[in-house]
This record gives sequence, structure tokens and C-alpha cells, in this order.
Amino acid sequence: MSAPPRLPPKKRDWSWRSQAFRALIYQIVAVAVIGFAVWYLAHNTLLNMAARGIQSGFDFLKEPAGFDISESLIPYDALDPFWKAFLVGILNTLRVAIVGIVLATILGSLLGVGRFSRNAIVRGLCYTYVELFRNVPVLLQLLVWYLLFTDILPPISDPLSVGSLFFLSKGGFSFPVPVWTMGQTLATLGAIAGLVIALIYRYVTMRRFELTGRPGSLYLVPGLIILGGILVGWIAGGAPTEWSVPKPGDFQTEGGASITPEFSGVLLGLVLYTSAFIAEVVRAGISSVARGQSEAAGSLGLSRGLTMRMVILPQALRVIIPPLTSQYLNLTKNSSLAVAIGFPDVVSIANTSLSQTGRAVECIAIIMLVYLTTSLSTAAFMNWYNRRSALKER
Amino acid sequence: MADTFVPIAPRPAPIKTEGLVPWIKRNLFADWKTSLATIVFLALAVMYLPGIADWAIFHAVFRADLAACQAARETGACWGVVTEKYRLIIMGRYTYEEQWRSEIATALLLALLVISCIRRFWKPWLAPLWVAVLVVFFILMRGGVFGLTVVPTDLWGGLPLTITLAVLGVVLAFPIAVVVALGRRSHMPAIRSLCVVYVELVRGVPLISVLFMASFLFPLFMPAGVSPDVFIRVLVGITLFSAAYLAETVRGGLQAVPKGQVEAAATLGLSYWQTQRKIVLPQALSIVVPAIVNNFIGIFKDTSLVSIVSLYELTGSMTLALNSDADWRPYKIEAYIFIAIIYFAFCFSMSRYSLWIEKQVGASKQR
Repeated sequence: MSAPPRLPPKKRDWSWRSQAFRALIYQIVAVAVIGFAVWYLAHNTLLNMAARGIQSGFDFLKEPAGFDISESLIPYDALDPFWKAFLVGILNTLRVAIVGIVLATILGSLLGVGRFSRNAIVRGLCYTYVELFRNVPVLLQLLVWYLLFTDILPPISDPLSVGSLFFLSKGGFSFPVPVWTMGQTLATLGAIAGLVIALIYRYVTMRRFELTGRPGSLYLVPGLIILGGILVGWIAGGAPTEWSVPKPGDFQTEGGASITPEFSGVLLGLVLYTSAFIAEVVRAGISSVARGQSEAAGSLGLSRGLTMRMVILPQALRVIIPPLTSQYLNLTKNSSLAVAIGFPDVVSIANTSLSQTGRAVECIAIIMLVYLTTSLSTAAFMNWYNRRSALKER
Repeated sequence: MADTFVPIAPRPAPIKTEGLVPWIKRNLFADWKTSLATIVFLALAVMYLPGIADWAIFHAVFRADLAACQAARETGACWGVVTEKYRLIIMGRYTYEEQWRSEIATALLLALLVISCIRRFWKPWLAPLWVAVLVVFFILMRGGVFGLTVVPTDLWGGLPLTITLAVLGVVLAFPIAVVVALGRRSHMPAIRSLCVVYVELVRGVPLISVLFMASFLFPLFMPAGVSPDVFIRVLVGITLFSAAYLAETVRGGLQAVPKGQVEAAATLGLSYWQTQRKIVLPQALSIVVPAIVNNFIGIFKDTSLVSIVSLYELTGSMTLALNSDADWRPYKIEAYIFIAIIYFAFCFSMSRYSLWIEKQVGASKQR
């Protein structure tokens, strides 16, 4: 005589023994707790703001900012509204982030590849660099570079110079630029046109190589096409040759273009710090490629350079790109440290606005929104690129 | 006629591949390109190293002697600034007569950290030990009981504060991180999305905005009359920040545990929490110990940011020490190098440990 087998509870059973029911209750409780916490904090904030007479809302963005910004990509003065000040800050952040990403990628890749050099000194130098720069806080590095730019360099009136064209002083780095005329505009257009033609040419050559195996020029001819485009545009614009050369004065360097010490300090600090991490990413990527691959390439008679470019790097890239993306995002987020040395990035502008208007919630919300947007869009772009370079199996 | 024995000529000795000379030949003078690089680098070293050594050692002033420092302004470093200010730089503004307490408390915390790094001590009693040491730590640091005078948290500073913030930031974040990592792999959509939003939100913004929030918004969030001091606010900020990064690390470990383990646990009739506690987490966490150490290094370096919201940890106390004294202010670069060496010593040794433990953990997986 055996007892009838006990059936397991039905899925949609209103009983504590049903997993689905329990899951539902857990989720309702979790959402309720979080919801209550958020409501409680918001409630407190409103009460506190009312008690302290703090105004809220984003309407202050239309009011005049009333503070100057030391460097800006767009025309700005103290009478302009807050939203324009924030725009200046966002542009400065993006400028330092984009230039930094490009330079850090180049330096980091060189250092990462250098770890595989046959020369022991090169290997040792790359290793020392990586360990030295990634084990010291980036904020400290920014402070050191800024100190070097502001303390050690000679005063503006007596700068270091290279051939009376490039000047380096406490006021920053000045260099000559061509005076912008019709010729330069046309040359730029020519460069763009040349780039398009070069890309098409490269695509066609690549296709022909894949179909017939006959190699074509992938770098020289496209390069010449772009150069030709620039030259045609420049000559069509009357071949202007006038340059604006910086002249050191007593208080500021006149003419030419210049990079401020703040910008140089932030850029140098971020690039040197991040490139140490990128070097490690690149090294890990390269050493992930099986040894047989480079031996096989060697037995086919490829040179060391060609082996690296045609065999190792394409395979290493798949391993490299995801961590590289997070390094790019780290660089962008670390650019917020510019506030410590007075570079007017978005955090610094928000900090100033915060102390002027007292609208802490709004200003911090703007900072977070800007970084979230850049982080998420960079991540989206790199994910797209990652899919493109991912393993294509036949 | 008898054959005479004629020995064949001996083969040449094999090329020597061991030892210093073959190593130099292979690694420094393999072909003309490596030889050229070697010569260029050696030439650069001969040109610049003596100058650097002169500045840092031979012409440097090691005594806290302002006149000697000014005399050696252009030629040598003034390490006298470190001799003069090292106590202020390392201990911050902590009450001078009570600094022994800060030293003992920090030493205790570091000792426990070192113990926690050794696999033999990865036992259940480690968690209560942490709680006990943290209680002792706070009693020593803050005082107010057992006849110790009170040292308010805004006087805490220097290296002890750096270590405190980093250790507490990671230790307190750890339970949150485990829960969030489990939540992110949960089958319940509401809980999963809450965890995803938290992790992505925090990882998408820089630490400095979290610190601004802790410094400016935290007082607004609290009910009227409640205002925790800046140390607690910053600690909460750092904890929530590092919890998001740790959660991703722990999630990586959870994903590395084979599915068969969970299924076997289910066959044995273990509940969800029993499975996680006894089967999944022990395996997952031991895999990610190296990654957690790397997270810790990151947080250790990031604590330097709290000087922006007026807490004087190592970087902040150094700036404070030099900016408050016009005589020594010109020798900032030497002070920067001094604290850079401290940071480097901590971070480098921890990264070596991370590599070592990675091999240890990996070794147990190999059969």
C-alpha cells in the first residue's frame, strides 16, 4: 500500500510553494522598497530645499552666467546664459577626451607591441613605463604635469623657442598656423573629396585582391590621392602661403595658435596614464594569439612586420577591443579630474554654476547626464566596431 | 694488413645558449636593428642619467635646511621638504599627541588585510574578525570611550585616511556587490532590471560626480536635523561606487561556474540560497580574487579624489602641508615625488600579489 504520489504544485498556484508566486511577491517587495526609498529621499530633498529657501528647476539655464571661462571653442563671454557656459564645458570635455583617446591609443599600442621587442632594453623600458604610470593615481599625475607647466617653464616674456616658430612658456605652447583664407577652405574640401575617392579606390583594390589574389597598393596610392586633392584645392584657392607666427610679448604671446598649460596638463596626464593601461590590453591581446600562428606566418616567408600586421593584429583585435572600450570610457570619465587644475571642463563649469546659483541637484544632474550620454554612445559605437571585427566564420 | 684505427674528426661544440654572453648577444645585438637600438639607448642613458642622479642624489639637500635648499635651487632636489613635513603629509591633521592611535589602528587594518590575502586564512571566522577589527579601529581612531579623547573625523587625514577609505570602501561594498551580481543573473525581470540600472548608471558616471553628490546632495536627502559628517558621506559615496564595479567582477566569476554545479545542487535538493552559499559563491569568488585585488588597487588610487571635496587624505594632506607654508611651497615637486613613491609601493605590491594569487588559484584547477 503506497500513498498516492504528491503532485508538484501547479505553476500558477496561489501558494507560497509555487515558485512563480514567490517570485512575484519578491519582485513586488523589491520594487516597493526601492520606490519607497526614492520617494523618501525626494520628499526629504523637497522639504529641505523649502526650509532653506533653495529654488529648483532648470530655468536658471537661461539667465546670464556672470563668470568668465578661460578657454573656449565657441565665442563666449560672462553675459552669455548658463546653457552656453555648459556647452563650452561639454565641448572642452569632448576635445580633451577625443584628442586624448587618439594619442593614448597610438602610444599605448606602441608600448604594448614594444613588450614583444627582440631588444631587451626596449622590453624593459616598456615594462617600467607601464608599471610606473599605472600605479600612481591619475590625479597626482595631472597635478605634477600642471606644476611642471606652470612652475618650471620660463615666463611668458622669455619663452623657450625652436627656430622662432614654436614657443613654450608658462603661458602654454604656441605654434604657427596658416592664415585661414579661401585657399585653406578649398584645400579642406579637396582633402575630403580625396579621402572619399581614396576609400573607394581602397575598397575596389581590396575586392580585386580577394577575388584574384593580385595585390594592389593599399597605402601609397590612396595617400597620393588625398594629397592630390589637397593640392588641387589649395592651388584653386590661389595658393596662399601666409602664416600667422606667434610673437612673444610681455604678458601674452601674440598671433599663432596656442595650447594652454591647463589643457596640456590634463591631456598629458590622461594620455600617459591611460596609455599604460592600453599597453597592457594590447600585450594581453597579442599574447592571446596562438604561437603556431606566427610560426606558420614565418614558414610562409612573411617578415616580422607583415606577420604582425596581417596575422597577429587582426586576431588580437578581437580580444583587445572590449577592454579597450572600457579604457576609452575611463579616459573620458577621468577627464573630469580637470577640475583639480582649473581646466574649464563640464565638471568645473557645473561646480562654478553650483556655487553661484546653489542649484546642486540640477548641476550634478547635468554632469551625470553628459557623462552617461558619452559613455553609452561610446559603448554603442565600440560594440558596433567589435561586431565588425569579430570572428567571421565560414 | 690490419686496419689502423683512425678516429673521425670531433664535431664542433654546440652553440652556447645559456649564460650571460649568449643572452646579451640574443637580446641586445641580434641583428643590426636591435644593435642600433641598444647603442642609441645606451648613449641616451650615458647622456641623461648622470644629470638625473646629480639632481636626485648627489647635489640634493636631505636636511630640513631652507637656506641650503635655496642655494641648491637649480642644481639639486630639496628632499628637506620631506624631512620637514613628512609627519604632516603622512598623518594629516590628526591631533599630534594622539597620532599613535592612528598608527596602531592603521597597522591593525593593514595586518588584517595581509592576513585576508593568504589562502590558508580564507575561513568562515574571517568575517567576524573583520567586524571586530573595524570596531576596534573606529574606537581607536575616533576615541570618546575608555578615556581616549575624541578626534572628529574631519581631522582624520593622510595615509591612514587613504587606507581607511580604500579598505572600507571595498569591504563594505562587497556584500552589496554579491547581492547585485546575483540579482543581475536572477530570473525575476524586475529585480534584474533594478540591478542592471544601478550598475550601468554608476559605471557610466565619473567618481567625482558621485563625490559631489555625497558632498552637496547627501545633506539634502536626509531628514531635517540629520547631517552625517563629510567622512561618512564620502564613505557612502565610495562604497556605492565600488559596489557597482565589484558587482561586475563577481558576475564574471558567477558566469565561470559551470551550469552542472547548480544542477547537481538542485538534484541534491538544496534551496536557492543554499546553492549560492555552499556551491556557487565559493567557486565564483575564488576565481575572481585577482580581479577583486585589481578593483581594490583602482579604489586605492581613486581615493586621491576625495581631496576635491575637502577630505585630506595623502594627496590632500600633502597639498595642505605645502600650501600652508610659503617657505617650502617652491619644493612641491619633491613632495609630489615622495607621495607618488608611497602610492607606487602600495599599488605595485598589490598588483604583484594579484598575479601571484592568480597562479595559486589557477593551480588548484589544473589536474
